[in-house]
Amino acid sequence: MSLLEMTGIHAGYGGANILNGVSLAIDAHEIGVIVGPNGAGKSTTLKALFGLLSISEGAVAFDGEDITNTPPEKLVEMGLSFVPQEFNVFPTMTVEENLEMGAYVRRDNYRHLIDQVYGFFPPLKEKRRQPAGELSGGQRQMVAIGRALMTEPRLLLLDEPTAGLSPRYMGEIFERITAINAAGTGILMVEQNARQALGLANKGFVLANGQNRFTGTGAELLADPEVAKSFLGGEE
Amino acid sequence: MPETGLLAAMPIHELVFFINKGIVAGLIIGSIYALGAVGVTMIFGILRFAHFAHGDMMTSGAFIALMLTALLPGAGALVGLPTAFVLLPIAMALTALLAIVLDRWFYRPLRRANVRPVTIVMASVGVMLMMQGLIRLIFGTGTRPLYVGAKDIYRIPVGESFIVVTEPQVLLFVFTAVCIIALHFFLTRSRLGKAMRAVADNADLARVSGISTETVVRATWIIGGALAAAGGTLLALDVTLKPDLSFNILLPIFAAAIVGGIGQPYGAIAGGLVVGFTETLAVFNWSVLLRPLKPVLPEWIELPNQLTFVPTEYKIVIPFFILVAVLIWRPTGIFRGRLIK
Repeated sequence: MSLLEMTGIHAGYGGANILNGVSLAIDAHEIGVIVGPNGAGKSTTLKALFGLLSISEGAVAFDGEDITNTPPEKLVEMGLSFVPQEFNVFPTMTVEENLEMGAYVRRDNYRHLIDQVYGFFPPLKEKRRQPAGELSGGQRQMVAIGRALMTEPRLLLLDEPTAGLSPRYMGEIFERITAINAAGTGILMVEQNARQALGLANKGFVLANGQNRFTGTGAELLADPEVAKSFLGGEE
Repeated sequence: MPETGLLAAMPIHELVFFINKGIVAGLIIGSIYALGAVGVTMIFGILRFAHFAHGDMMTSGAFIALMLTALLPGAGALVGLPTAFVLLPIAMALTALLAIVLDRWFYRPLRRANVRPVTIVMASVGVMLMMQGLIRLIFGTGTRPLYVGAKDIYRIPVGESFIVVTEPQVLLFVFTAVCIIALHFFLTRSRLGKAMRAVADNADLARVSGISTETVVRATWIIGGALAAAGGTLLALDVTLKPDLSFNILLPIFAAAIVGGIGQPYGAIAGGLVVGFTETLAVFNWSVLLRPLKPVLPEWIELPNQLTFVPTEYKIVIPFFILVAVLIWRPTGIFRGRLIK
């Protein structure tokens, strides 16, 4: 059984729908990557699935349970976690306080999880008393991912985790995402850097105009000449 | 010990006058502004609207303290402090409750309807007028003392003069300091306090983290209401209690919140003191301090008897001036708060 299964989702912001029947499924411990041109509905798919947009048609199931239009605070308790693309830290709060806010729903002792996040992202340990707003873009992204990991999610949703980062940080973030996945967390991410992201993906989904265009393993999509031509910026 | 040299030359009398009329007075009114401004700034930070009824919430707090004093007139004598001060924690709790009720009845329905912030601001103006009417209806328009009997006055001898402070002034200052320290620990150490800062920082991300906005909103009203009651009651103990007690200081309170940076509780405290001191120093008679310098001043300078920046009757222009100046030159305030749009 799939950990996450979206079937025929239609959703949008008030007026016209942006998603016109998106379906995707990933298994536990997998990395799923959503790619596609601007305006394809990639970020919208994540938002709809995380209860930030209302779904007008279709269904989402998480671990066999129906979670269509469930509010985010419920989903956090069920084991989903979301890292928005922008404004994804609490800027005036310290790095450590950001992580504590990630663990807000927990009532147990989560000290070991903070240490685990510092293990994934060593630069954060040094900066733990510094306000997150003062960090560089790459380090802020680490705080954002770290915050989302504090609930020990079974599935982590990442909206363009490398947007606006330098190539050095981009590589580092991808490497860390792989490590987080190896430690047992499922990943579903939207990425602009399609080629690199599909390289990590167990499952890849190419969206266009709010619909699925191609679905396959990361390697299959990378090898498909049509995908390469239309969506990966030509052949390399 | 004989007074010699510099000490003898120091115009002790004038300095003490300056401490009494400038420093003590500035600290007192600054503390009151700070207590109000912390509430205003936190409500703005979390609920995103300027709460115009805040001054009247302070007045209501003082009247609640008055009613409690009438119910339990003996409470103060037990510990040797003013009754209204002893009963202040109860008045704070009741005012916090009042704030939550006002939110339930007037602000929450608007919030749920997703109206623009300015609509809620207007609703708060309505609540303000309604509370003013209710207070006058129940308690009349007269002035009453909240401090029963003669005030204890402390005189600290300095040379041949005295620094004079009254008991309510000492209580006011100490209580404000305690509230601010408690608030600091709450905001930096407790789970709920941190969640409040998180919502003020980034409400969407707070929601995504599973923080319940309703809980945070409730805590904001409790803190804002309790501090308002403290400010109103302590002010009424220092002066007298009348229905327009705090409406008159609403403008300086907003000036304090904006000077400190909207949404920044520490900024509001600093802003309260800045506005309070500026106001007292602007109406201070500087002639008193300059008079001892007379022998060294050139002869063509004549010291007037009254030398103030603005006459006392025009004190209210000072917060106005500060407000306009800050909005023009540093709209985020000294602590870099949010821009008001």
